[in-house]
Amino acid sequence: MNPVNYLYLSALLFTIGATGVLIRRNAIVVFMCIELMLNACNLAFVTFSRMHGNLDGQVIAFFTMVVAAAEVVVGLAIIVSLFRSRHSASVDDASLMKL
Amino acid sequence: MENLIALLVAAPLLGAAVLLCGGRRLDAVGHWIGTVLAFVSFAFGVILFADLLGKDAEHRTLMQHLFSWVPVEGFQADVTFRLDQLSMTFVLLITGVGSLIHLYSVGYMEHDERRRRFFGYLNLFLAAMLLLVVADNYLLLYVGWEGVGLASYLLIGFWQHKPSAATAAKKAFLVNRVGDMGLSIAIMLMFTTFGTFAFGPVLDGVGDTSEGKLTAIGLMLLLAACGKSAQVPLQSWLGDAMEGPTPVSALIHAATMVTAGVYLIVRSGAIFNAAPDAQLAVTVVGAVTLLFGAIVGCAKDDIKKALAGSTMSQIGYMILAAGLGPIGYVFAIMHLVTHGFFKAGLFLGAGSVMHGMNDEVDMRKYGGLRKYMPVTFITFGLGYLAIIGFPGLSGFFSKDKIIEAAFAKGGTEGWILGGAALLGAAITAFYMTRVMLMTFFGEERWRNQPTRSPEAPSAEPVAEHHGEHAEPHPHESPKVMTIPMILLAVGSVFGGAFFSIGDRFLHWLEPVTGHSEGDSPVSAATVTGATMVCLIIGVGIAYAMYGRRPVPAVAPRGSLLTRAARRDLLQDDFNHVVLVRGGEHLTRSLVYVDHTLVDGVVNGTAASVGGLSGRMRRLQNGFARSYAVSMFGGAAVLVAATLLMRAV
Amino acid sequence: MTAQLAAYSTSTGEAFQFWVLGTVAVIGALATVFMKKAVHSALSLAGTMIILAVFYLANGAYFLGIVQVVVYTGAIMMLFLFVVMLVGVTAADSLKETIKGQRWLALLCGLGFGILLLGGIGNASLNDFNGLGQANGNGNVEGLAALIFTKYVFAFEITGALLITAAVGAMVLTHRERTERAKTQRELSEQRVREGKYVPPLPAPGVYARHNAVDIAGLLPDGTPSDLTVSKTLRDRGQIRDVSSEALNDLRALEQRSEERLERTEIEPATFKREEASQ
Repeated sequence: MNPVNYLYLSALLFTIGATGVLIRRNAIVVFMCIELMLNACNLAFVTFSRMHGNLDGQVIAFFTMVVAAAEVVVGLAIIVSLFRSRHSASVDDASLMKL
Repeated sequence: MENLIALLVAAPLLGAAVLLCGGRRLDAVGHWIGTVLAFVSFAFGVILFADLLGKDAEHRTLMQHLFSWVPVEGFQADVTFRLDQLSMTFVLLITGVGSLIHLYSVGYMEHDERRRRFFGYLNLFLAAMLLLVVADNYLLLYVGWEGVGLASYLLIGFWQHKPSAATAAKKAFLVNRVGDMGLSIAIMLMFTTFGTFAFGPVLDGVGDTSEGKLTAIGLMLLLAACGKSAQVPLQSWLGDAMEGPTPVSALIHAATMVTAGVYLIVRSGAIFNAAPDAQLAVTVVGAVTLLFGAIVGCAKDDIKKALAGSTMSQIGYMILAAGLGPIGYVFAIMHLVTHGFFKAGLFLGAGSVMHGMNDEVDMRKYGGLRKYMPVTFITFGLGYLAIIGFPGLSGFFSKDKIIEAAFAKGGTEGWILGGAALLGAAITAFYMTRVMLMTFFGEERWRNQPTRSPEAPSAEPVAEHHGEHAEPHPHESPKVMTIPMILLAVGSVFGGAFFSIGDRFLHWLEPVTGHSEGDSPVSAATVTGATMVCLIIGVGIAYAMYGRRPVPAVAPRGSLLTRAARRDLLQDDFNHVVLVRGGEHLTRSLVYVDHTLVDGVVNGTAASVGGLSGRMRRLQNGFARSYAVSMFGGAAVLVAATLLMRAV
Repeated sequence: MTAQLAAYSTSTGEAFQFWVLGTVAVIGALATVFMKKAVHSALSLAGTMIILAVFYLANGAYFLGIVQVVVYTGAIMMLFLFVVMLVGVTAADSLKETIKGQRWLALLCGLGFGILLLGGIGNASLNDFNGLGQANGNGNVEGLAALIFTKYVFAFEITGALLITAAVGAMVLTHRERTERAKTQRELSEQRVREGKYVPPLPAPGVYARHNAVDIAGLLPDGTPSDLTVSKTLRDRGQIRDVSSEALNDLRALEQRSEERLERTEIEPATFKREEASQ
């Protein structure tokens, strides 16, 4: 098996995650899909690290994880306060910026 | 000595400022302030005249640079005064006649509670008119031109409580605006052609300019002259302007302001000399107006309106002479001066008659007044003899010269113009004799008559002292009114002879206007003889119609021409049909175009933008997921573009 | 197997593992997207992440594999579950699309993007795999540490600052500052008296013997349930249980049973309605 298959898997997961972002209304699920996209990227980084024979890709993946952790903290806080004020976690309900 | 020119203008201007700003505390002395300042101005004029006479003919020009008005690069307008023989003539006429009429007004307006204001306006007029004639450039002349227009408007509408006076003032102002527009366009053309407004450079630069441009300037100047001097086709305001107090009619609408057009044409003589087409237009306007005014004058029963028609006609003579070129300039001015005397005298006489007749203006309700107001009769009679050209009086000399000059134009034009002038002389004799006979001779038709005619709803405060339907008691006017009349009568009698004997006036004015003798196909003696014949015919017909037969107190229906002439030869109807209706149609069509085309384009643009925005707005539905789709689609397109670029 | 060959292919065991676990990972991802309940989505995502951790290990990223399990699956996913619980674990989302055309556009974009990515990877010449044997020579963690604390030390410090900022930000977002002093009980009671309503304490919930719980509305004298008796939170969530008819149902069941026992057959009124009372 050629390790390039990991890349195909990564692209597939990324696309699934992106589509999920577009079709789900629940903000938490949307957020999970974003995590899925980030993980797909990490897989690609790790694969590239193996491909090139150095650890830089793994370092980048590591940083991605850290940033993702920070993002999750803030994002979930936003969702919680949104839910508090609107009693709903639907992203469509927060559509006041239209006429 | 030059500094006196500014004082000449400043004296009446000061009077106007003091009288108009001074308020009621000046009511008691206001009229004397105005009169004294007018005489002061006249005194300055006389001093300057003496100074000019002391110089030799070629150096009789005084220039005074007062200040730079608009000092802009490439656009220099100065307040500079120029006093040469032409201006001097006008200054003496304006201040002289003006002062006398001020004096007369002291008596005439005695019972008017707004007399102070009246004198303020009169002084304002004097200042503006003097500015007009001593200006050294066309722009400053324009200031004076508008100033006299303003004063004329204010004075015609002086009794503004009368709707007819207010309307007449508005009419005069509006018609004058048309002419003023001509003058302003002419000034703009001058600036683009010569780069300056000053008389010297403009008139000297004529030789280097194309005839087409000069013709355009000349025609615009003619339009201006038509407006100010009540010439066809802008003549309609003068008759209505008689709604103003009689001294105003005498000063502004007979002696001075209406002659400003003649001044403008003579002053711009160099331009007209180089533009024969414009000159021809001037003569045509003059000839048409002199007949037009004369015919109107024949039919009017209102004494002031008859005199107004006469004024129009006489100015037509002047314009005709001015249009003849160097042959006629001097005679135009000479007739202007003599006309200033006798027409002012006639108007003052008419005012005196009205003063004695409870402001009645209808001549059919006069008659036999010579016994009751002898001074008025004599002065009016002398003015009458002067205007019809009775041998020896001033009108004889000046008008005769114009008729000669018209023949001297030569060719067919000369015959036509000369013929028109001769015919005019005959009609002048007719209508003036008619006025004379109806007013001072015949039976006393004013007895057992209600004083107020419906067409002259006079509300002059003077009338309030008499009963509503009291029979008038004709009486001579006070001395303060008769003295100016006597002085003007003296001028009417001797002015012409004084100017003409030894060609004094010709020699005086020639350095400014130039002069040439035309080649007349008929001798001067023949023309004089023909004029005399016309005079006798005119007087004879008038005597046959009004002297031997009693004058009906109610005007007969009259012939078609008479009826048309009573309506000012349908000038107002013409204006109404052509200008008012035409204007309305034009406006309506423009409004239609504006509503459909212009608004259509504007509204269409707005509507299409609005519609497009309405559709675009649906993209902005506020849902984050829709925006995410756009973003994701954009990312997909970017990836596709990148791959495509790599593949290529 | 020579090093040369290792560059082009992997061991059979790894291939087997990839195909099995990869399939499961894709299924997990799809489940994340299409599960109706957020809890199920979260669990599916956790499974996918664990599989990814295995793949990291297989790719020689031993440290990342462990971190993936500990941080992602252990911490972040638990945070997700915590929020899901907070928001309401029972609520099932409707998968019906409300925005017109959104689903089709999303699928079109996703499909196009996926095809482009896969095509792009397929076109790239990615056959030269060096392997991490040399890089991991001194141990994977040591190698990573050497990079992080030398080459990437600046980025590392900044990410640290970012984490702290995020923590503070989350606190600020969820923390609600009191803008006024809390009212004392005395003040509250005085206010109630002034306004003239609910002067006595609110009625207690759960008056019925069998259902004496906070989520059951107490009955008014006429038998209707009163929402006032239930706490505001439960009222807002709509989690009040209505037991107004249960007593009667129980009574009916008891009667039915006793009649069966007594073998009576006469017809009783079929239903015993209390509708008049509830009106």
